[in-house]
Amino acid sequence: MRRSNIWLWSAAALAYAFLYIPLIIVVVYSFNDSKLNAEWVGFTLSWYVALFNNQEMLIAARNSLIIAVSASFLATILGTMAGLAIHRYKLKFLPLLVFTPVAMPEILLGVALLLFFLQVLNLTLGMISIIIAHTTFCIGFVAIIVRARLQGMDESIFEAARDLGASPWQTFRLITLPLIMPAVVAGALMSFTLSIDDFVITFFTKGVGEPILPIQIYTMIKIAVTPEVNAISTLLMLLTLTMIIIAAKLDSGVLRREAK
Amino acid sequence: MALLEIRNVTRRFGDFTAVDNVSISIEAGEFFTLLGPSGCGKTTLLRMIAGFDLPDAGQILLDGKDMVGTPPEKRPIHTVFQSYALFPHMTVADNIAFPLKMAGTTPDEIKSRVREALDDVRLSNFGNRFPQELSGGQKQRVAFARGLVNRPRLLLLDEPLGALDAKLREEMQIELINLQKERGVTFVFITHAQNEALALSHRIAVMNQGKVEQLDEPSRIYGFPKNRFVADFIGKISIMNAQVLEAAPSHLTLSVAELGEVTAPSKEGIKVGDAGVLAIRPEQVRISHHAEEVELKNHFIGKVRGFLYVGDVTTYIVELPNGARIEALLPNSAPGRAKFFEAGDPVAVSWRHDAGTFLND
Ligand SMILES: Nc1ncnc2c1ncn2[C@@H]1O[C@H](COP(=O)(O)OP(=O)(O)OP(=O)(O)O)[C@@H](O)[C@H]1O
Ligand SMILES: [Mg+2]
Repeated sequence: MRRSNIWLWSAAALAYAFLYIPLIIVVVYSFNDSKLNAEWVGFTLSWYVALFNNQEMLIAARNSLIIAVSASFLATILGTMAGLAIHRYKLKFLPLLVFTPVAMPEILLGVALLLFFLQVLNLTLGMISIIIAHTTFCIGFVAIIVRARLQGMDESIFEAARDLGASPWQTFRLITLPLIMPAVVAGALMSFTLSIDDFVITFFTKGVGEPILPIQIYTMIKIAVTPEVNAISTLLMLLTLTMIIIAAKLDSGVLRREAK
Repeated sequence: MALLEIRNVTRRFGDFTAVDNVSISIEAGEFFTLLGPSGCGKTTLLRMIAGFDLPDAGQILLDGKDMVGTPPEKRPIHTVFQSYALFPHMTVADNIAFPLKMAGTTPDEIKSRVREALDDVRLSNFGNRFPQELSGGQKQRVAFARGLVNRPRLLLLDEPLGALDAKLREEMQIELINLQKERGVTFVFITHAQNEALALSHRIAVMNQGKVEQLDEPSRIYGFPKNRFVADFIGKISIMNAQVLEAAPSHLTLSVAELGEVTAPSKEGIKVGDAGVLAIRPEQVRISHHAEEVELKNHFIGKVRGFLYVGDVTTYIVELPNGARIEALLPNSAPGRAKFFEAGDPVAVSWRHDAGTFLND
């Protein structure tokens, strides 16, 4: 191996270590038969059992799932429409409008949404406000993915459909939608993962009511980082990871095949 | 009545006029070609016929009916795109079935029609493949089959052979002619390859900068180009400055600068004294070693400047005493011989009294 290669490899290894060692520790200690995150004592599933007996945690998980499913559903529909519109009508301001929430600091978005809900909509904060807030920042991600897919496609395909007798709606249903479907699904999964573990925006828009998972976890570790927190984190990680992998597979895989 | 009538159609993009007051009428059963250099407005015109774009002025009539309010899906016109535009998520059979489904054809009928269409383009065993599993030529044939399966009144083809290599292109040209003949569907074909246009078409409209320069049969376009643009664009041609000495109904007598007189076919609107050019095709020019051998009236002496050997023929470039150059084409009938004349040889060039064309614009 050449000298420069060794340096490159070590740098890469170090970077990945920083990224993944904390995650691995969380997973390992979630199976540790000890109340302290200090040394390895023995294997146990008791923290998972405890987790599933923790009423409040279960409610928080259920709430988070409801929010994530609703928000990703709404964001997928709206984001797909936005992606199509941005691609079709080459307007300058439209992408700016849709993509800005993606780049905006979360804390800003959180404050803005809070003020909007309270002072403009006069909404009582709760599940609804969280769903709206999550939808808002997920739309941009879906739109980006959908548009990227559209950009890689031959425009004349859609004209060909019209030309061969399909109405605009038939063209959308039979040609456009099937072709962008991988991107739509990828966008939905992405939205789900973004929503389920979002802390900042949820924190601002949740009000006092229902427990929400990321907030619940935060409340727990304010007292102590218990193995129970490790257990729920591990489960969350598993769910998110699965979705990201599926999303990545769908989008790049199908794209590559059709780009030929 | 003409099947398709394009009446004074104009299309502008900003202050640029892409199609400029074009009028063309196309008869049923015709293989009609729009020929012209890149950017001359061919695709723009085709898109207006298909319904993807509307004229800023003028009308497009199909069977005498103005198409202005009719969206593309309601026009009995199909298009074959240069990029083929096959649906990548559908099999070849489903691609071909698409226009039939849209037209509400019964499933049984669709099945038999698709099978027929596949047979017609020699792809009987490819129905279950996806477009990305086909070669360029096969994709092209699927696109033809899909465009023709629902028997449109008019098939528009936008440089459909542009992406194919020369050999395949020639095969597909023959296939196209046969398909068109069998189906009796009217074709409007776009190309910027002049030899393709000449080989395929019943009639050709030569376009330049949004205007139709000449609309005629291939042999007339080639043999009697109406102006300098058409003459230059189609095939090779030699050009010499000339002036009209006599304009008889049967022929023109021209004076070629500093050389002498020649005759050319008569042409409408040409008067004595008009200045212009005499244009003549290389294959119409005979070349011989001695002026005494020439029995034609139109002849000059000159010197061979060079030659271009391309296998079947050799083109000789002959310089005349006034500095003008004229090209003469000779088939290479002697095996293994690339040329009959050497550079520097004094030669005589001649052509029939009705061979050249006088162009005054
Ligand atoms: N949507 C548009 N907006 C602005 N200009 C356009 C548009 N469509 C075409 N043009 C311009 O109109 C002119 C004619 O274009 P068109 O595509 O019809 O040419 P073409 O003859 O088909 O050329 P090619 O052989 O390269 O395909 C070009 O100069 C092009 O830039
Ligand atoms: Mg074009």
